[in-house]
Amino acid sequence: MSNFARQDEQALLIVNGLGHTYGGLQALKAVSFELFPGEVLAVVGESGSGKSTLLKILSSALTPTSGEIHYRSERFGKINIHQLAETRRRELARTEWGFVTQNADDGLRLGVSAGANISERLMALGVNHFGHLRDQANSWMEKVELPSARIDDLPRNFSGGMKQRLQIARNLVTHPRLVLLDEPTSGLDVSVQARLLDLLRQLVSRLDIAVVLVTHDLGVARLLAQRTIVMHRGQVVESGLTDQVLDDPQHAYTQLLVSSVLV
Amino acid sequence: MTLVLEVQQLKKRFVLHHRDGASLSVIAGLSLQVHRGECIALHGQSGRGKSTLLRCLYGNYRVDAGRVLLHQQNNVTDLARATPRTMIELRRSRIGYVSQFLRALPRVAAIDVVAEPLVAKCHDLARLSEEQHAQAWQQARTEAAVLMERLKLPSSLWPLPPSTFSGGEQQRINVARGLIKQPGLLLLDEPTASLDESNRQRVVELIQEAKQAGVAIVGVFHDEHVRDAVADRLVEI
Repeated sequence: MSNFARQDEQALLIVNGLGHTYGGLQALKAVSFELFPGEVLAVVGESGSGKSTLLKILSSALTPTSGEIHYRSERFGKINIHQLAETRRRELARTEWGFVTQNADDGLRLGVSAGANISERLMALGVNHFGHLRDQANSWMEKVELPSARIDDLPRNFSGGMKQRLQIARNLVTHPRLVLLDEPTSGLDVSVQARLLDLLRQLVSRLDIAVVLVTHDLGVARLLAQRTIVMHRGQVVESGLTDQVLDDPQHAYTQLLVSSVLV
Repeated sequence: MTLVLEVQQLKKRFVLHHRDGASLSVIAGLSLQVHRGECIALHGQSGRGKSTLLRCLYGNYRVDAGRVLLHQQNNVTDLARATPRTMIELRRSRIGYVSQFLRALPRVAAIDVVAEPLVAKCHDLARLSEEQHAQAWQQARTEAAVLMERLKLPSSLWPLPPSTFSGGEQQRINVARGLIKQPGLLLLDEPTASLDESNRQRVVELIQEAKQAGVAIVGVFHDEHVRDAVADRLVEI
C-alpha cells in the first residue's frame, strides 16, 4: 500500500480516553488513537469487543460517557465532534465524513434510483444543475464499476456487492476526508469481496481519504490497513503496523485471534 | 565507507501466551554494521534466527532490546523504536524487503505488483492529477518491464495476477519488486531458493548492480555460490 506520509502534517482525528457505559456495562474503556490523512486504520475484534460501540461514537450517533474526539475540519477548524452544534455535525456528515454501513440497505435510499443516491449529497450542498449531477453520477458509477445502464434503476434490485459499491459511490462523491467502513465485505461472496477490496484500495490511495475500517476479518485488515488496533472486551489490547500485529502478536488475545484464522 | 545500518545488541524472543507463557529466545544480543554498497550474509543453521533478524530490521517483528540504527544523510533513526508512521514512510522510500514467499494482493497484475513500489516511492499519489497519475504508472511499468525481461519472465505473464505462477516465477516477481525502487537498505531472504541456475545467475547480477549503485544489503543465502558471488562478509547467527 502506498502512503506518502508528510511528516509535518497534523492528525485529522484524535480519539482520547474514550469510554462508554450502558447502564452497568462498560462497553468501551480508555480507547485512544490518532488518524492522519490518507491512512487506513483497521479496528479488529470479535463480537462484544466494543468495536460497534466505537463506530457509533465515531459517527456521532452516540455520545461517549467519557473521553473526547477531536476532528480537524476543513470547514470549522479543530472541533470536538460531540460538542458541535447539531446542524454543523449534520453538515460534516454530508460533506467531510462518510459512513459505509455493514448492511447496504441501511446506507442507501432503496426507493430512488442509483443515480439519485449518488447525487443526493451534491444536491444537499446546493448543486442543482441536472447535467452536472448526471455527469457526476455517471462518473461515479464507472469508478465503482457499476454498469452505467443501471443508473436509473432502483438499488433494491441490485445484488449485495452492487449495493455496497453504490454505497461507496454515494459517500465518496463529496470527497470526504474521513470515512468509516463497517464490515464492508461481510455477507458477500468471496469473488465479490475481492473485487470490492480492490476498489477500496485504489480509491483510498487515489483520494487521500483517512479510513477507520471495522472488521473481524484479519485478511481484510492486512489488505487495506497500514495500522491496526485490536479490541477485546472494550479495550485496545494491541496496536501497531498491521503486518507486525498479525505476524508478531504480543498480547494473549491477539495471539489467540491470529492462530484461529485460516489465513 | 558510509555506514547505513548499525545494529547494537539486538534481542528478540517470542512469548507464547497459549503455551503457558513459554518464552523462546531467538536472538540474544546481536550486533552488526552494514555500509553503502556492501552486502553481508547472515550465516547459520536453520532456525537460528536469520529470517527473524530480517523481519526485526523491517519492523515486521518487534525488537525486545537493543538498537537498530538507520543512518541517512541528515539523521539517524532507531527502527526498533520508530512509530508505525515512520516505518511506513521508511518502507515506502528507504527500506526494501524480499521475503521468502510472494504475498501479493489478489487481482493485481504481475507488472503492477513490480511497478507499484516505484510509483509509491516517487510520487505523492493523492496529489496527482488523472494525467500525472497515468503517466507515473506508465513510467513505472516501463521500468518494471525492463527488470522482468532481465529475469526472463515472459511478457504473456505480465498482465496476470501472480498467484497462479510457479514458485520460481513468483520468486522472480518478488525479487523484481524489491529491487525496483533501489532502496538505501535492502533485506533479502533467500532470493534464489526456487530458481534454476540460469535464473539464479540473473538475480546475482541484479544484486551486484544494486551494490554498485550503493544499496546496502543484508541477506540470507543458502546457496553457497550465490553467497560467494554477492556477499562481502559473513555474520554468524
